Amino acid sequence: MFDIIHKIFAPELAFLRNAILLGILAGPILGVIGSMVVTRRISSLAGASAHTALGGVGIALFLQRVCGIAWCSGELGAVAGAVAAALLVGLVNIYAKEREDTVIAVVWALGMAVGLLFLDYTPGYVDWQGYLFGNILLISPQSIKMTILLDALVLVPAFIFYNSVLATTFDPVFSRLRGLPVNLIYLLLLVLTALTIVLLINIVGIILVIALLTLPAASAGCFTKHLWSMMLCATLLSWIFVIGGLVASFGFNLPSGPVIVVIAGVVYLLSLCTGKFIKKN
Amino acid sequence: MSCCCHAPVVEVEGLTFSYRKGDAPTLEDVNFTIKCGESGCIVGPNGGGKSTLLKLMLGLLTPDKGSVKIFGLTPDAAARSIGYMPQYHQLDAAFPATVLEVALMGRARKNLFGRYSKDDLEKTRSALAEMGCSGIEKRSFSTLSGGQRQRVLIARALASEPELLLLDEPTANIDPGAEEQFYATLELLKGRMTVLTVSHDLGFVSRETDHIICVNRKVSVHNSGNFTSETADEVYHHKVNLIRHEHSCFCHCGDGEEK
Repeated sequence: MFDIIHKIFAPELAFLRNAILLGILAGPILGVIGSMVVTRRISSLAGASAHTALGGVGIALFLQRVCGIAWCSGELGAVAGAVAAALLVGLVNIYAKEREDTVIAVVWALGMAVGLLFLDYTPGYVDWQGYLFGNILLISPQSIKMTILLDALVLVPAFIFYNSVLATTFDPVFSRLRGLPVNLIYLLLLVLTALTIVLLINIVGIILVIALLTLPAASAGCFTKHLWSMMLCATLLSWIFVIGGLVASFGFNLPSGPVIVVIAGVVYLLSLCTGKFIKKN
Repeated sequence: MSCCCHAPVVEVEGLTFSYRKGDAPTLEDVNFTIKCGESGCIVGPNGGGKSTLLKLMLGLLTPDKGSVKIFGLTPDAAARSIGYMPQYHQLDAAFPATVLEVALMGRARKNLFGRYSKDDLEKTRSALAEMGCSGIEKRSFSTLSGGQRQRVLIARALASEPELLLLDEPTANIDPGAEEQFYATLELLKGRMTVLTVSHDLGFVSRETDHIICVNRKVSVHNSGNFTSETADEVYHHKVNLIRHEHSCFCHCGDGEEK
């Protein structure tokens, strides 16, 4: 154990320290957005958004390398793809009244398929596995700055508009009657969820991102009786999962994404079992 | 409450509505008026259009033809005068919120920060007290029984100081004891505000209701006194058993009438 801690501070392991720092900064975002995703039951929407991020990456890299549009980076593509998918499903939900799960499944699969096709036509090496399974080596000082920005974008409105957020999450119909901007809050939540997903892709990858987004909040939900305490508890749990997972994966020479998700999954199962006995009253 | 003027509260005129263009209408040529201080019970078979009518009154749907006016305004404009109690099982059963937090949502409004004032808290607490929920204020909403959840949701509606109260299936999924309690509650509210109740359960038709609004694509309104088994058969297109509720165990407050 001592050995691992000693190694983490070795100069050649700056990437690991960056990943841990990103995990610490991402904790509050995971706590707030994760709790909202769980209580509003939009985790499959978040899944569709994550997979469409790959579509965005594919199109962006294709434009950059084939059409010579230099500013079209993979990260920008991921953000555009994830936000577009989340808003598309959200708007269909609000206005078109189609079957939600069908729309989500279509966007989910189509987003990924488009990404893989474009990546196939893109010349040069593309680390698509890094997008799918996460690659903490991709975490740059730039990602740290973006995470701090996202912290502000998530925490400030969550604190200021807490009561409106609570009311619209619990009962959108009633909140609408009280004059709250229900659709605006919903769409804003979707955009922030999409941005959170893109942030997490570097740590755990597209395929496992839903687990990291929902498991801390779902575990916290077993013990808490307020939305705010659920958010706080989920923040603490995401710190434990991400930092614990990164250190363990480094110590045992395992891929970090799966280790983080397995730890989170085990804690969730334990929370489900013990939560039944600890009566929330 | 200002319920003494006999001004129309709900006015529905020539309303036709269908969910998809070209489909047979869910509601057709609906006309009725409910006046201030009156109470009504919306009954009809499943799929007859009760929930659709409720959604039209709440402004969640827009009529294809005709109009719905609440206090002479569009439902959207009148929304803040409407207190609404949904069926509790439409809400997330595991949602992390306490009884007080849920009831306070009745005071939610569009302002910059959405903070609740001392006045909001007082009005919410007195609404909870009126529904007999003061003792469970700090409990988690998700641990309550069906009857308790319904009372908390009525308290939330009352906290918003409505002039029209819409109750969706208040007696569904609650045990008979809680149902009796609910009738007593309804009796207290009547007269203070206009109360409309949706029920799939014809047994709900009680003599405490002024109007019985029968919804089965078309809508007919009966005075509760004239509502007989034959009328019910007509609405439901088959034989139904009508049970009248005579609430011998609850006394009327105010009017001195012995039941």
